[in-house]
Amino acid sequence: MDDLLSEFLTETNESLDVINAELVVFEKDPNNKSVLDNIFRLVHTIKGTCGFLGLPRLEAVAHASENILGKFRDGALTVSVEAVSLILQSIDTIKLLMAELEANECEMAGDDQELIDQLNHIASGKSLAPITETPAAGATSAKDSQDAQDAGAIKPLVDRPLRPGEVSLEDLEAAFNSAPGPDEVQDAIPVTAPVLQTPPKAEPAAAPIKSSVADDASPEKSAESSVSNQSVRVSVDLLEDLMTVVSELVLTRNQLMQLVRQQEDSDFNLPLQRLNLVTTELQEGVMKTRMQPIGNAWQKLPRIVRDLCHELNKKIDLQMIGADTELDRQVLELIKDPLTHMIRNSADHGLEQPEKRIAAGKQPVGIIKLNAFHEGGHVIIKISDDGAGLNLERIKQKVISGGLVSESEADSLSEQQIANFIFKAGLSTAEQVTSISGRGVGMDVVRSNIEKIGGTVDVRTTPGKGSVFTIKIPLTLAIVSALVVEASGERFAMPQLSVIELVRASDNSEHRIERLKQSPVLRLREQLLPLVYLSDVLQMQNRLGAGDAGVSAEARKNDEYVVVTQVGNFRFGIVVDRVFDTEEIVVKPVAPILRDISVFSGNTILGDGRVIMILDPNGIAESCGNIRDGQEEEVLESASITEKSKKISLLVFRASGAEPKAVPLSLVARLEEIDCTEIEHSNGRDVLQYRGQLMPLVRVPGYAEIRTQGRQPLLVFTDGQRTMGLAVDEIVDIIEDELKIELHSETAGLLGTASIGGVATEVVDISHYLVEAFTDWFNESRKNRAKKIQHALLVDDSPFFRNMLSPLIASAGYQVTTVENAEAALALRDKGIVFDVIISDIEMPGMNGFELATMIRKDDRWGQVPIVAISSNGTEADFERGREVGFTDYVVKMDRGALLRSLAENVIIHGEAA
Amino acid sequence: MSMRTDNNENVSGLTSDAMNADYVSLVVADQLFGIPVLNVHDVFSPKNLAYVPMAPLEVAGVLNLRGRIVTAIDLRHRLGYPPRSAGDTKMAVVIEHHGEPYSLLIDSVGEVLSLSESLFERNPINLDQRWRDFSEGVYRLENQLMVVLQLSKIINTSNGAKAA
Repeated sequence: MDDLLSEFLTETNESLDVINAELVVFEKDPNNKSVLDNIFRLVHTIKGTCGFLGLPRLEAVAHASENILGKFRDGALTVSVEAVSLILQSIDTIKLLMAELEANECEMAGDDQELIDQLNHIASGKSLAPITETPAAGATSAKDSQDAQDAGAIKPLVDRPLRPGEVSLEDLEAAFNSAPGPDEVQDAIPVTAPVLQTPPKAEPAAAPIKSSVADDASPEKSAESSVSNQSVRVSVDLLEDLMTVVSELVLTRNQLMQLVRQQEDSDFNLPLQRLNLVTTELQEGVMKTRMQPIGNAWQKLPRIVRDLCHELNKKIDLQMIGADTELDRQVLELIKDPLTHMIRNSADHGLEQPEKRIAAGKQPVGIIKLNAFHEGGHVIIKISDDGAGLNLERIKQKVISGGLVSESEADSLSEQQIANFIFKAGLSTAEQVTSISGRGVGMDVVRSNIEKIGGTVDVRTTPGKGSVFTIKIPLTLAIVSALVVEASGERFAMPQLSVIELVRASDNSEHRIERLKQSPVLRLREQLLPLVYLSDVLQMQNRLGAGDAGVSAEARKNDEYVVVTQVGNFRFGIVVDRVFDTEEIVVKPVAPILRDISVFSGNTILGDGRVIMILDPNGIAESCGNIRDGQEEEVLESASITEKSKKISLLVFRASGAEPKAVPLSLVARLEEIDCTEIEHSNGRDVLQYRGQLMPLVRVPGYAEIRTQGRQPLLVFTDGQRTMGLAVDEIVDIIEDELKIELHSETAGLLGTASIGGVATEVVDISHYLVEAFTDWFNESRKNRAKKIQHALLVDDSPFFRNMLSPLIASAGYQVTTVENAEAALALRDKGIVFDVIISDIEMPGMNGFELATMIRKDDRWGQVPIVAISSNGTEADFERGREVGFTDYVVKMDRGALLRSLAENVIIHGEAA
Repeated sequence: MSMRTDNNENVSGLTSDAMNADYVSLVVADQLFGIPVLNVHDVFSPKNLAYVPMAPLEVAGVLNLRGRIVTAIDLRHRLGYPPRSAGDTKMAVVIEHHGEPYSLLIDSVGEVLSLSESLFERNPINLDQRWRDFSEGVYRLENQLMVVLQLSKIINTSNGAKAA
């Protein structure tokens, strides 16, 4: 039977019982206004619900009764035995109709005109008001019911608390509001019949609500075991209270268990075991009462999708699997909106137009699949579509144009990372803003809503095949599994859901906490994991006794645990001193006085009776906001010396002497620390077996000896197959600053001195060491240093080469401007900037080097500027083509000497010509 | 003066005699304080106080009182006394504020006093500013003075606006 109908039957039967009793009271005491009001309200509710469900017979009878009651109430009719018995009779009729309804699930055909006429007669016959009531006439009836409704809404004169089974006016109102009104229905289903006696809502109104509700129990045939007797309406408050009590019981049980565990042989063992079982069962039972099928949150979706189909001219098949997967109603409420939003998104952005789909060899009907299932204490909801998949390229453009990352950084992002940008604020890839989506708000809200309940959301996408969004949410918010950890002697609980893994870190083990300046990091599977010390986050450094006071970074314990935590897509490690067990805990809100502390989501009582604070990973991530921001900034501001000479990240280190040295961070592939015994000597050079290759080690000038004992920190530079290690004393910091070399150096290997972070810092010329390490890398040493400053433009899409070549060219005495593509180069030309030489890559996305050269040669402004092509391709045909389109020279990218020579020659030639 | 009237209304319900009010007396740093007896839910010796990092300073921690989590507020800190040393005794009285249980950490608890209104006096004009907020008035007892604490002021600390 339809859920809605069975609910209605239960509710109405209860109401009718109340009405019967109240009417009897009322007859005896006609002046009791509160009784009358109550009856009126109940009848009115029944009438309203009938109309809503499309039960015209019931509605008509209820309406006629209500008329009389309304007149009683207004004093327009005096209460008479005759009238009351007639109402009682109509109540009986309603009951009869209800029984039929229950048996057949639909209203039987029939006519209650006789009864209605009688009721109307009473209502009008003795009416003192001049208006003759003819409820059969559509207009008046509608007006009446409106009046009655107004009266009900304005005068909720119930001066006693609602009895179980009664529906308050607010509830009724809410029901009306949430149900599709007549207007909506008319939109959707053209109603040809003019709106008459029965308001139009009837059948069509019920349809969309029913649509997705799974039919559960088959209708009971026997009248005895009627549906209305099988369920009891319980207020949510009562359930919540019950839950609280059970939570207490669970805690007490935990405490008892802990106590008994400490005693070897106890008489309590057996009864306690039973108590344990019963408690668990009770807990599960009560939890179940709060559980609702997720289908409840999906009810509106078919209708939404249907409307979207029309609006977008798409054909969409919404498949819903696992609608009966249950989860806590609190959680259910919270995911309703995000889900709806995501479905809209899939329909609007994900699925293509039918023509496009056919062109792509797919069925014209797009499929959106909702799949819910349980997995290890969580509910997983997958929303997949078989559309075009996310347009990663467009997201990338958006991300760059939105300033979220720089172009060069975007290149190094994995597809997954790019896809995850859709959860960032202010990013919409829809080409045009539609009424459905594309306003650039939404997915970030979806993410934050899901994270609020301790869930995660993730996206996987395959171009041309579609996307899958996976939402993982806890079953319930009331009882969670938590990991108990200790920091500075205090214990805290960490919700298991956000814990990815635990890593034990110590100096002797594979995992060791390292520091970049003061920031602790951990190498975990080829990735650097930013760390925070829990005691720092909680500002507890000075909590321990005097001896331990001020546990400085250096004096940290050797043996620590890293709780790898994920908040959204941000992964970080929380360093704690100890890790205890996991425990099922009941989350209790903290006292108002503590509510401002964002790092706690609640508190609870552990099995041993102690109170423990529950950490909120979101809060921790936020409270160490500098970490999170820092990481994003790192992405934001990568090293690229662009036209505006933006700030870049510089890795500052020490090697030979106290003065700091720096290299652009983007050139550094990895930071390593090796055991010095691994260093070998070959052909007069230090080499190291590194990832299956021999890696040469180089030293900065004046750096006496590579260590022979202990550990040697290395900066590793990589280009394709070649890897080089630069031995340093210590890695100091990463500083964002402008790289402006103020004092050029004559020392080989140093570009010069720049002020970085306010400190004079030597900028190391990595290209020099590349030469040192690989004599075949560049055949000639640098030269042509001192010269009048020429302005060079470097066009290259590869951040590596931009970063490597620009200091090289700069050190040869040029002022270098770099751009990442041909379009940007031409934009500079349009700004009227003049260069002495242009160095351009050939293979670039968008306009390639040949096209760029053609464009440049066509126009007078840069027409005469020498252009040197650099390319990894060095075939004769390329050289030829390059010359044809107007390149002055053509050098192979790696041939640094040739490049400098070519630059020198061409600029001189150009200069002489000019 | 209006405060005083409020107090009268409050207290009138609690008194055995129209002119007398009952107070639980407690000692913090040798000073006698009083809390209306009906406001006191419990008196116990606090154990296993869990420290709450980053909490307001007067919050000494949270503890479990028969299954309820109670926030402990150190009256010594709240009233501007130096922290108690290791050997000092510690007691807690539980009060409720906006439906939330709080325990006030004190040095010791005394007997319940039924005091005549004639002994009551408003705060002396030269009372410490901090105390003026917490104190409702003073009872002149035979040997000493008893300060009547305004519980709402004690608990509504830094985020008073929020809790109110």
